[in-house]
Amino acid sequence: MFESFQLSQLPDEDEALRGTVRDLCSEVTRSFPPEVRARSWSGFDAAFSRRLGAAGLLGLTLPKKYGGQERGPFARFVILEELLACGAPVAAHWIADRQSAPQILHFGTEAQREAHIPAICRGEKYYCIGMSEPGSGSDLASVRTRAERTADGWLLNGQKIWTTNAHHDDYMIALVRTSGSAADRQAGLSQFLVDLHAPGVTVRPIVDLAGDAHFAEVFFENVALGEDALVGKEGEGWAQCTAELAFERSGPERIYTSIVLLDAWIAHLRGAGRLDEGQERQVGALMARLAVLREMSIAVTTRLAAGEQPVVEASIVKDFGTSFEQDIPALIADDLGSRPDEPVAPELLRTLHYVTQVAPSFSLRGGTREILRGIIARGLGLR
Amino acid sequence: MDNELLEPFDRMLADAVPPEAVRRVDAGGDASAIWAAVAQSGFLDALVSEEAGGFGLSLAEIEPLLRALGSRTVPVPVAETMVARALLATAGVERPDGPIVLATAARTESGWATAAVPLAGVAAHALVELGEGAAVLVDLDGDVVEATGVHGSRGGILRLPAEPTARARISVEEGALRAAAATLRAAAIAGAGDRLLDMTAAYANERVQFGKPIGRQQAIQQQLAVMAEHAIAARIAAQYGCARGLPVPQRAAAIAKTVASQAATPLATIAHAVHGAIGISEEYDLQLFTRRLHEWRLADGSEGYWAGLLGAARVKSNAETSIGFVRGAA
Repeated sequence: MFESFQLSQLPDEDEALRGTVRDLCSEVTRSFPPEVRARSWSGFDAAFSRRLGAAGLLGLTLPKKYGGQERGPFARFVILEELLACGAPVAAHWIADRQSAPQILHFGTEAQREAHIPAICRGEKYYCIGMSEPGSGSDLASVRTRAERTADGWLLNGQKIWTTNAHHDDYMIALVRTSGSAADRQAGLSQFLVDLHAPGVTVRPIVDLAGDAHFAEVFFENVALGEDALVGKEGEGWAQCTAELAFERSGPERIYTSIVLLDAWIAHLRGAGRLDEGQERQVGALMARLAVLREMSIAVTTRLAAGEQPVVEASIVKDFGTSFEQDIPALIADDLGSRPDEPVAPELLRTLHYVTQVAPSFSLRGGTREILRGIIARGLGLR
Repeated sequence: MDNELLEPFDRMLADAVPPEAVRRVDAGGDASAIWAAVAQSGFLDALVSEEAGGFGLSLAEIEPLLRALGSRTVPVPVAETMVARALLATAGVERPDGPIVLATAARTESGWATAAVPLAGVAAHALVELGEGAAVLVDLDGDVVEATGVHGSRGGILRLPAEPTARARISVEEGALRAAAATLRAAAIAGAGDRLLDMTAAYANERVQFGKPIGRQQAIQQQLAVMAEHAIAARIAAQYGCARGLPVPQRAAAIAKTVASQAATPLATIAHAVHGAIGISEEYDLQLFTRRLHEWRLADGSEGYWAGLLGAARVKSNAETSIGFVRGAA
């Protein structure tokens, strides 16, 4: 089953990009303590995103016509891998580069492409995804936020929540109801580009358990949207959303979220000068999983490069990858705690506890573990 | 690798090794008819160079065949013999006709001994690494092989005198035989895992309880999804191990066998959980696979053995990051 999952290889010309990214990253992150680097794709730094844009390291899969690099998913994989390996603050452009721009390219009008994609490629405009609502989490088709037809566009009312970085962003691509009711499920949903600075939009950051405010709630009160705010076709929002999922779920960010902590722990083991057989096995088991997960992610990237939408395969990578990411802090905590007489640097403790605290979110965001396993089961022919 | 090789190979296996033939060998029966069919197919020299009369294929090219051997629970050491014949041919040594197992021996008070070697009881010869890059090709008889006696297994421990009588001696890179054998085992686990996944998903769709197929229960679906993840991980791990050919680099073998061995237990456990009592019975084919998964997990180093080597290498390496380490791992 899933015969498309086959070992693949990153092309040499894309591997060649590593040096450039690494130099830029190390220049920026050199002075960061590990607990800052561990935030990586939650770390919002507009200046860094603009530097990446200027260096031609954003919009790798997008056409040159719109300011992209026309390099494809493999080049993008290499760049993301280097950014995450060093814990660079990539949140500002992350979602726009990964999802919003490809979405606008595939489903948007020419005017929308020209208005949004070049600014995304320059690292200047930031986007978020408006899916979850207070009453709609995993059951996304039950969204109640609604856009009603007006003489010259749409009127938007409702609320989104848990929207990553909405309080820093310029636009949201929101999934909302344009006809029927929640009982109609996937039918009657549409996607809109919503200017988050427009009258009637209120964004409130939500502080998380680690003391950060990386997500937000967003209120829409009679927000007037032009005709040009609709992305794609009215009523096709669900299908358009589904098409994004393979981009969202298979990338290196589903494998590497705990990688800065892992490397900080290995540095600690070296410094402490101890490595018994048990630790060797723990480190090695993680290395083996890391190596194979990386190849699994590259295998899915190969399907994306071939123009496919490997949604089930991407779900497999995300579920397996986030389990790995969650195992890392649990295992390291036990190792450090099992040596109460050995000093542990406070910065390693801060990194460990930060990752431990946010680790449950790894298998919630971008589709919960249970939803992904349901998708995989369908792919196996169950139901 | 395309289907031009895999299809005839798998068809040959399907004809020569039906489940009842596997059962006969597992129960201690004669495997010579199966061996004759495999030998006649010519595939045993797949890895032997064309100059020496083989197909001249790489390990990566025959990787799908290695998985097919696992998915058919073939009870003769075909993959091991393929590798042994390639090594013997490279060394310019005459290749015997019979089945050959690969083993790595450690010194004992009176000579050499190995861990349990799968299928030693049906093999005619063993290529045994004795350390310091030396390997000997020995004949297997009652003096050399001590059957483990594990139910349904033809595995055995090999014991050799300090100066064994050898058909041939060849030099290999240190650790090469264990690395190669571990990689073959990873592919067998992946092949069996794929087949178990098919069987288990099909059973979940057929078996009706509470008025509907059990595959409609979310609890079952979630378990099958986890099983699929392990099956895919084992496949990619096996391909990773084979990708660089022979000799298999130690770290590539370590990554392949660690992940495949980690997958073996959940694959067997979930397959049994979904099948219920019927899966425990002798007459149902599930046991042919799950017994082997547990045996292969231990053989040629379990996940703990290989992870230990890999972890020591990581901590000693100059790689700045773990991603850098695994990128340069092999």
